[in-house]
Amino acid sequence: MAVSAARRSVADGPPPDPNNLLEVRDLAKLFPITQGLFRKVVGHVRAVDGVSFAIPRGKTLGLVGESGCGKTTTSRMILRAFDPTSGQVLFDDKHLGWVDLTRLDESAMRRIRPNMQMIFQDPYASLNPRMTLLEVIGEPLLVNGIAKGQELQDRVASLLRRVGLRPEYVRRYPHGFSGGQRQRIGIARALAPHPQLVVCDEPVSALDVSIQAQILNLLQDLQQEFGLTYLFVAHDLSVVEHISDRVAVMYVGKLVELADTEELFLRPLHPYTEALLSAVPKPNPRLRRRGSVGGIDSDRGNGVGKRIVLRGEVADPSNPPPGCYFHPRCPYAIDRCKEEAPVLRELRPGHSVSCHRADELELVGVPTEA
Amino acid sequence: MTLPTRTGGNMTLTTPGWTPAPPPDPPLSDLLLEVRDLKVQFTLDEGIVRAVDGVSYSIRRGRTLGVVGESGCGKTVTAQSVLRIVPRPGRIVGGQIMYYPPGGPAVDLAALDPLGSQIRAIRGKEIAYIFQEPMAALIPVHTVAHQMTERLRLHLKLSKGEARQRAIETLARVGMPRPAQTIDRYAHQLSGGQRQRAIIAMALVCHPSLLIADEPTTALDVTTEAQILELLLELQRDFGMAMQYITHNLGVVAELVDDVVVMYLGKPVEYGPVEEIFEDPRHPYTRALLRSIPKLGKKSHERLESIKGMVPDPYRIPAGCAFHPRCPRYLADICAEPVYVEVGPNHRVLCNRAGDPWQ
Amino acid sequence: MSSERLAPGGSELALQDQYAIPAAEPVPAPEIEEEVEDERLTVASQWQLIWWRFRKHKIALVCGVLLVLFYLIAAFAEFVAPYDPNDVRGQYKYVNPVLITFVDPDGNFVPWPGVNLLTSTRDPETLRITYVPDRSTWYPIQFFVEGSAYKLWGMFPSNIHLFGVGPDVPEQTMFLLGTDRLGRDLLSRILFGARMSLSIGLVGVTLSFLLGVTFGGISGYYGGWVDMIVQRLIEFLRSIPRIPMWMALAAAVPPKWPIEYTYFAITIILSIIGWTGLARVVRGRFLSLREEDFVLAARLCGARQPRIIFRHMLPSFSSHIIASATLAVPGTILGETALSFLGLGLREPAISWGVLLQDAQNVQVVALSPWLMLPAVPLIITIMAFNFFGDGLRDAADPYGR
Repeated sequence: MAVSAARRSVADGPPPDPNNLLEVRDLAKLFPITQGLFRKVVGHVRAVDGVSFAIPRGKTLGLVGESGCGKTTTSRMILRAFDPTSGQVLFDDKHLGWVDLTRLDESAMRRIRPNMQMIFQDPYASLNPRMTLLEVIGEPLLVNGIAKGQELQDRVASLLRRVGLRPEYVRRYPHGFSGGQRQRIGIARALAPHPQLVVCDEPVSALDVSIQAQILNLLQDLQQEFGLTYLFVAHDLSVVEHISDRVAVMYVGKLVELADTEELFLRPLHPYTEALLSAVPKPNPRLRRRGSVGGIDSDRGNGVGKRIVLRGEVADPSNPPPGCYFHPRCPYAIDRCKEEAPVLRELRPGHSVSCHRADELELVGVPTEA
Repeated sequence: MTLPTRTGGNMTLTTPGWTPAPPPDPPLSDLLLEVRDLKVQFTLDEGIVRAVDGVSYSIRRGRTLGVVGESGCGKTVTAQSVLRIVPRPGRIVGGQIMYYPPGGPAVDLAALDPLGSQIRAIRGKEIAYIFQEPMAALIPVHTVAHQMTERLRLHLKLSKGEARQRAIETLARVGMPRPAQTIDRYAHQLSGGQRQRAIIAMALVCHPSLLIADEPTTALDVTTEAQILELLLELQRDFGMAMQYITHNLGVVAELVDDVVVMYLGKPVEYGPVEEIFEDPRHPYTRALLRSIPKLGKKSHERLESIKGMVPDPYRIPAGCAFHPRCPRYLADICAEPVYVEVGPNHRVLCNRAGDPWQ
Repeated sequence: MSSERLAPGGSELALQDQYAIPAAEPVPAPEIEEEVEDERLTVASQWQLIWWRFRKHKIALVCGVLLVLFYLIAAFAEFVAPYDPNDVRGQYKYVNPVLITFVDPDGNFVPWPGVNLLTSTRDPETLRITYVPDRSTWYPIQFFVEGSAYKLWGMFPSNIHLFGVGPDVPEQTMFLLGTDRLGRDLLSRILFGARMSLSIGLVGVTLSFLLGVTFGGISGYYGGWVDMIVQRLIEFLRSIPRIPMWMALAAAVPPKWPIEYTYFAITIILSIIGWTGLARVVRGRFLSLREEDFVLAARLCGARQPRIIFRHMLPSFSSHIIASATLAVPGTILGETALSFLGLGLREPAISWGVLLQDAQNVQVVALSPWLMLPAVPLIITIMAFNFFGDGLRDAADPYGR
């Protein structure tokens, strides 16, 4: 049976840490590039290229990166929205124990799906406009046989209240609600089946600034109250810093750095992370700096230096540069970086990085507010 | 100069960016654009939307004005009005947009025919516009070369060869890799950052005196955004260009602009130099906005301060102070009819309690 | 609402979930959102929204009412028509339309419509017998009169007609639109013809609809080689010239078949090509819907495929499909008319507008009895009405359109 195969697969590697809820090992997704009438495969887009990380129970892992880095693909693969090309996704299901999600067939997956839910980025596309709130939020309860009839209505009403909406709204359709309210509805839907893991796919990117704060607060409250574990995918580093306990940085399908939030932002080890942190516009005019393109400024001190502006564009995942994918844009690249791809290794406790020169570079993090 | 306010009083219009104790009227050679009490309405089936409801600001040569606000505040419509590209059913129903071209008479852009030759002569040549979505601004069936040279030949009457040369130079100036080859590409062959550079190049190719940029980096990755912001600063220095930068990203505002206008539901609620706005915001909306964004380097995982309630429906703008249902310091007797209060040199706030200290 | 089920300071969900980390402190109350305005709009379902938007299109609304009227008339043709359409009256061949007059035999104005009876005269020039209204006889038009007997839908016998001159009149000659070559009342024939023509449109489109949705849905949902085969089939069918194909198929229908068989054969022939358009539309929508976030959300909730298809995907474009189907009806009606006009579709004694127009095929008729071309008028009105109605429906059909 599929579940036992999934359990056996867990035993293939080192045993998972009981403090973790999710462990991703060497996850990869390659999309074939075809040419010609008969769809001959001429290459692969390495959307996700061997990614490994773990999410501790009840904590939040932030997954950041720019477009094309594979963070959305990774997050969807974890939920088995589509299948990975290779790798394992170990999940400590509350009923089945540790299973490798990649080995489960669809019917076994359906037993686990209530425990892993997703909050989507676009509040307008993620709710079926032809279903009332009751039907939208009640769907996970209905299809999994968790509740029906009056009990379902009660639970939906209490979920609505919990996310800050009036329970009377159950009869309404989504089109009457604003973006922030719709996102709350999406959150209520994700919470309905008591999930253990919630994947948040850029949940606040499409919202106005003042609404972002409300939703972020809500997410934090809910995590505390229900002991949820979050995988928070985002490109906005300030949001990620605010909500995450650990952060993973991805670049063109590879994981380049993984550390606790404070550690990553204060003392990054990878040049890309340094550039990302430096590139984020800071809402403090006194920190106004004029950057140097592709260069490193010598003015360090308290970290208020010139902004690092990278040369070039994000690498093409279908044709990545040889060696380290980041080397053409890296201000610290040496010859070895062109030839040999670096491996993710743990340099400090809990802080892994994938860079040849990580132990010798002294990189600048974010200056702390005075 | 003074302008009447909505409540019948008078508001002193001062030019931003001056050192303390300026003369009351700025020398006209420095003033580039002056918007006076602009009002734009959209007449829809459901009612009349006052998208822009009495906006005044000015831009001096070589300076950058940031227009900040959330969706629905009217910042884009304001910018579109300057070049008279407000989409129907929007109409300018009041106010003036005085443009002071170098070496020419002042002209009220609001009074021009939106389809006429006068405004067309200004568009692209003296005042340029950059859109948020680069794919929307680039014509998919023409090469970049075509679009840039078209502009040059139209406005500057250059020959084909001269126009192409100048276009390539401008592309190189904006940091486009291999400009002589890229100029012959089509929009879909370029990456996001390259497209935005192409747009900027197209906007600059005629050396405009004012560049209006409508959220040009919102659709870009943060490292590409950093490149474009650097580029804009450099170009502004080199071309002596003024810029009106519209965004909702307060970080970009802090890094880029000299003066800030904060808009809410069609009205500017606070207006001042960027340092003052960030360090001493006086309008409750500005304050709340600044406190609600997570800031890098702040190590706490505490709750963010959020503004209660939501932005009201544009057909049901609250009477009196539009912000009052969401305001933490609303007092019914004081806040009924807000007026512009001057709280510092060139720092104006639309709040009757702007002078009160915050608890 | 069962607030009593919530434990104080916590929540029922946290109590049940043994993996939950217990809440450290009471969590501050969430910010309750302000009232969402315009209650009416937010509880409106998709169909209500469509109706409200549709109502704004005055023309489409009028056309919709008109079409309903037409179909009602077609359904109750036996009642509405003053005469039996098959009633051959040899002496009244090719009679002019008899006009409604308001003048009684004494020359006074009467505020009620009536007709003069016909008398025969011999035209002095051509020596043809023609019929002219006899001003000395004037009969008012009455409503709900007794007339010839009929069986409504072959089942309910009656002899009440909507209007007529009544049974007391010596000769029934209220030929408001004239008569044809066999002396049959053209107005009655047109009204009966509506039944055939309009119903073939509907039935044909329903068939196309079913075929189109099925094939298009399979094609769009499964993709891959299933999709490829279906699409090639569709392209093949669409590349065949329509009218010649219809003609060929219709010519293969045995002429001796009873009317009902012929009717269905023609309907099937007309739908054979019609379904391809709908199938493509359905396939396209399925393909794009597969990628929508809310469909993915339903999958992630654990919904099975049938539920996703029928509960999430199909309703998304049902309104669009209905609009497309409505716009396909005129094509089918015209197809039947064309076939019958050419003698290949329905034939006598079946009555449809195409069959009626067959009588108008020669110059003699057109020159001497132009009223025989009148069946074209309700045809044109129907086609236009369907087009306006369908346009209005299509514009209103996607209230959630981006």
